[in-house]
Amino acid sequence: MSIPRRQFLKTAGFGIAAMAAGPAHAWESKAPDDPLGCLVDVTRCIGCRKCELACNQVNKLPEPETPFEDMRVLDAKRRPTAGAYTVVNRYYPGALDERGQLSPTFVKIQCMHCQDPACVSACVTGALSKKENGTVHYDASRCIGCRYCMVACPFEIPAYDFHDPLTPQVRKCTFCLERLEDGKMPGCASICPTEAITFGRRSVLMRLARERIEGDPARYENHVYGEHEAGGTSWLYIAGQPLAKLGFPAVPDEPLPRRSETIQHALFSYLWSPAALFATLALTMKTLSGSKKDKE
Amino acid sequence: MHHPRPIDRPFWSPGVLVMLAVMIAGGAALAVRFVYGLGYATNLSNTNPWGIWIGMDVASGVALAAGGFTTAALAHVFGRHAYEAVTRPALLTAALGYTFVAIAVFVDIGRSWAIWKPIFFHNYNSALFEVAMCVMIYLSVLWIEMIPILAERWGAKIPLLGRLDRGLSGFMWIFIILGVVLSCMHQSSLGTLMVIAPTKVHPLWYTPFLPLLFLLSAFAVGYPMVIVETNLATTSLGLHDEMEVLAPLSRFTIVTLGLYMGLKIWDLLRRGALPLAFDGSLAANSFLVEVGLGVILPWTLLLFPSVRRSRRGLFFAALFVVGGVLLNRVNVFLVSYRPQTQTIPYFPSIGEILVTAGAVATIMFLYRVLTTHAPVLSAPKQEDMAR
Ligand code: SF4
Ligand code: SF4
Ligand code: SF4
Repeated sequence: MSIPRRQFLKTAGFGIAAMAAGPAHAWESKAPDDPLGCLVDVTRCIGCRKCELACNQVNKLPEPETPFEDMRVLDAKRRPTAGAYTVVNRYYPGALDERGQLSPTFVKIQCMHCQDPACVSACVTGALSKKENGTVHYDASRCIGCRYCMVACPFEIPAYDFHDPLTPQVRKCTFCLERLEDGKMPGCASICPTEAITFGRRSVLMRLARERIEGDPARYENHVYGEHEAGGTSWLYIAGQPLAKLGFPAVPDEPLPRRSETIQHALFSYLWSPAALFATLALTMKTLSGSKKDKE
Repeated sequence: MHHPRPIDRPFWSPGVLVMLAVMIAGGAALAVRFVYGLGYATNLSNTNPWGIWIGMDVASGVALAAGGFTTAALAHVFGRHAYEAVTRPALLTAALGYTFVAIAVFVDIGRSWAIWKPIFFHNYNSALFEVAMCVMIYLSVLWIEMIPILAERWGAKIPLLGRLDRGLSGFMWIFIILGVVLSCMHQSSLGTLMVIAPTKVHPLWYTPFLPLLFLLSAFAVGYPMVIVETNLATTSLGLHDEMEVLAPLSRFTIVTLGLYMGLKIWDLLRRGALPLAFDGSLAANSFLVEVGLGVILPWTLLLFPSVRRSRRGLFFAALFVVGGVLLNRVNVFLVSYRPQTQTIPYFPSIGEILVTAGAVATIMFLYRVLTTHAPVLSAPKQEDMAR
């Protein structure tokens, strides 16, 4: 194997230049400044499943097997699915009512619209994106169906059309993006009879959450879930119990994309390491193969 | 050294018929997937979106095809021409292996017809984007590297092939190096895939060093894989055993496997995760098998010159390394993957198993076809040796 000399020097030169250009600045959050969000006050939720109904209608989802008025579905713990972007679950975290009975707590779950979403960082083609207004948006026309977003999401939210053989989609709460763009509230927030879901700017919601907690410390756990979880989320929760007792997965405060993106960028920004490796190997090949007898 | 040449052995053997049967079964399962969907053919779910098609066909397939770039690096880049005898079969295995990795991806992704989209829609933050691009380019590079072999046999009959061969020969060094570079990139990025899911991956495997561990284990498994497949090929085709190449080759594995083992154990100690290996759970036991039988045992065995010189000893040591790396990929992508909301643990469906088995059978079938008709193997036939 012989390497034409001119070609070789050129390639090696590129590699060394790339090495000098060098990589890697520290990871930076790409979170929008003051996105829209929702504050879910778990203590206000009465488990009426109206939000499920509204979500079904505004997103034109298929009719469920059991009607939304049937409260027996609350007997089992459910997760969001391809046909239901939000579900309400009932928990008995230990508090007793005035008659000494365990009193239920109801929690609605849906996509948290993370500030630095793992799903967006993971998505091969950028089919998932974080919009300036806070919504984490899915564009089916870019999706290849690899389901890496589902692997990445720490809240274990995205669901998949596993039964569609050719055009399945990733399904999750859309934050009713179209309604927001029309200046309307999300379907679930607008229907909620007890105002358990408050829609607004995240900074405003944070202030409201703090006010409620401070105004009634006996009613609330002193924690706004989503303030720091996964680096912060657009949807926030306050509750009478730790959210871990209400079926929420344990999630670190570090934004999940930080580590993997740091690795990716340190190694591959400007393709510096592949270029350097190429140059080194070409040099090695030239020296080692060239010196010995060299045929083939 | 003998020059590679086609092996003219009768093609239809009982083994080939078995392969054919498995291929047909796999094909049927494949049809089910494309007619009724992933949900029908697989045990995938919202909590376990990846199964053996990713954990075995793709992740292990890529790792076990590492023989291609590691032998090319040794013989062509580092100028150890004595090892050229094994570069061609290793290259063929890699080319076939990656072809099937690409097919596995095509089958596994929900929107198979959209498989080309990453070429135009980029997300540089995504480790999977990088894997996808590298695999795509590397697959082409591998088949370009195959051209001289194919041209040697069919160049006269197919003029285009001959012309390609002549046109490319001056540039082949670029493709050889490119192959090594691309391999290093995506072998490590496959490990980066799980770095984004710290809450789901068992702490025995979750570490930011995953990419480096994946790269080192790919280096380590390259030559053992060559040893295993050369042994299988020479035995089943009645060829000379090539021990004079394979035995020295295994000495490199002591170093590469040793590095991998060192990093793995250091990382476990550093994170204080080692005690978890002894809690008796399925994950813990799978870990013990992976590291005990797949890393420590073969590494120790290879230290003995008597093992390296014995055909049987070398074969089994190499087989343990291969099994260890395969199990590592399955462990990282499947066994260790425990989402917090999971209710039913994942186990592959019959359909998933059939498709995987069918793919393996097809690779072996094509290996057989190509070694029979194209100049891939160099080992002389046993009866010619005796003469
Ligand atoms: S909750 Fe999951 S799906 Fe929703 S934005 Fe965050 S990472 Fe993405
Ligand atoms: S399944 Fe679609 S949306 Fe999810 S990561 Fe893959 S390409 Fe992106
Ligand atoms: S914001 Fe819209 S899509 Fe999301 S849960 Fe509420 S109604 Fe459903």
